[in-house]
Amino acid sequence: MSVISRGFGAGHSNGGGGRLPPGQHETHDFPVLSTGPTPQVDRSTWALNITDLEGSVTRWNWPDLMRAPSEDFTVDIHCVTKWSRLDTTWRGVRVNALLGKLADEAEYALIRCYGGYTTNLPMGDLVDRDAWIAYKYEGTDLKPPHGGPARLVVPHLYLWKSAKWINGIELRRDDQPGFWETHGYHAYGDPWLEQRYAGD
Amino acid sequence: MPATERSRDAAEVHADTGPALRRRPIRWLPAQLQATRMETHLARTLVFEVPGWSGHAAGQHVDVRLTAEDGYTAQRSYSVASRSGPDQFELTVQRVSGGEVSTYLTETMLPGDRLEVRGPLGGWFQWTARLRGPVLLLGGGSGVVPLMAMLRERTHSDSDSPFRLIYSARTPDHVIYTGELHQLAQAHPDIPITRLYTRAGLPDDTREPGRLRIEDLPTPAHGGTVGATRVYVCGPTGFVEHAAQLLVDRGFTPSDIRTERFGS
Repeated sequence: MSVISRGFGAGHSNGGGGRLPPGQHETHDFPVLSTGPTPQVDRSTWALNITDLEGSVTRWNWPDLMRAPSEDFTVDIHCVTKWSRLDTTWRGVRVNALLGKLADEAEYALIRCYGGYTTNLPMGDLVDRDAWIAYKYEGTDLKPPHGGPARLVVPHLYLWKSAKWINGIELRRDDQPGFWETHGYHAYGDPWLEQRYAGD
Repeated sequence: MPATERSRDAAEVHADTGPALRRRPIRWLPAQLQATRMETHLARTLVFEVPGWSGHAAGQHVDVRLTAEDGYTAQRSYSVASRSGPDQFELTVQRVSGGEVSTYLTETMLPGDRLEVRGPLGGWFQWTARLRGPVLLLGGGSGVVPLMAMLRERTHSDSDSPFRLIYSARTPDHVIYTGELHQLAQAHPDIPITRLYTRAGLPDDTREPGRLRIEDLPTPAHGGTVGATRVYVCGPTGFVEHAAQLLVDRGFTPSDIRTERFGS
């Protein structure tokens, strides 16, 4: 069923030249979305705790992260609130470089963040697809409103999966829904399938 | 999903009693514009008739889809402004410079015209009358819209939760719901409403115009019989980022501060 909105701009474009998932439009801003105040985290106390299936914790501090192999990458990002931003440039460390063999037995990961935010992803999306712990955005240190000191970037999923202020990766056998996934949003969040809300 | 079940789900999620995943797709519903009101020179309230709409919790939003005659579509999210009710709701939209959807909704769309909606969406930034405890609403610009839905719910339900609204607008001419806010203040003297102007105020204002300052904020209630103050902040990104930091500086607990932002 098609409902036509009389007088609405025929011949317009959402932009993006074919690179936009359904229902998205291109923005040149970098809007901020979060559920509460921005955590202020100092690099000197920053830590990323990787918890394996047995509950053992491997702790990465900031110098550890800086010693890991990092790379520059350029990706399109898609927010569930309908905006997309193309060709964003970042620097960070691939998640599979951090996890190594720890990931082998796990099926899922629950990401934990400063401020209490959580989100869940299948392990394969973190280690077999492009996924990074990013700490620079467009050439400068990642600012706190955008997730600094460090955030996850998983460009093939809606941006709420690219958790800001990351401080933990919990490896799991079962899928534990995170924050938005328990507040009506889709468990997986593929923008190309328009998996915005639970049931989509 | 029937209305009663959906609203119960929302309340459960809000009370953090556990996940309440909605597994069935949320359908797109046709919505027909019934009436409009200009709230300011930029902001317009649109009253939609939506057969099959089962209501919402105050603070939730809807997705809006416009389809042009040539098949071009555009989607945006808007907060619901009205109280919950079946088969109809109101949106208040402020025109954004160069925004094709907000310009259509505020200038072009006429009663009788149609679009599609789906929702209600968002299980976090919401308030229901069954929640007890004090509430502080902090709005910047058109961020007042979901907060107005909460105020309307508070004043039309049997809730006696202490409420307070602090509303930052550019000038008195940019205050959305200006008449209704004066009526509400008269009918509910227990609900303080404070208007703050960032660019220019009224001749007898004692406060210099400017962005939100820490002394504009009340001090938080903590524990005791009333419970901690629950804070809802909505507005443009810069406003929300600034306000949320001031609230933390003022002593509010970060986990009691819920934010909703619009950035583009």
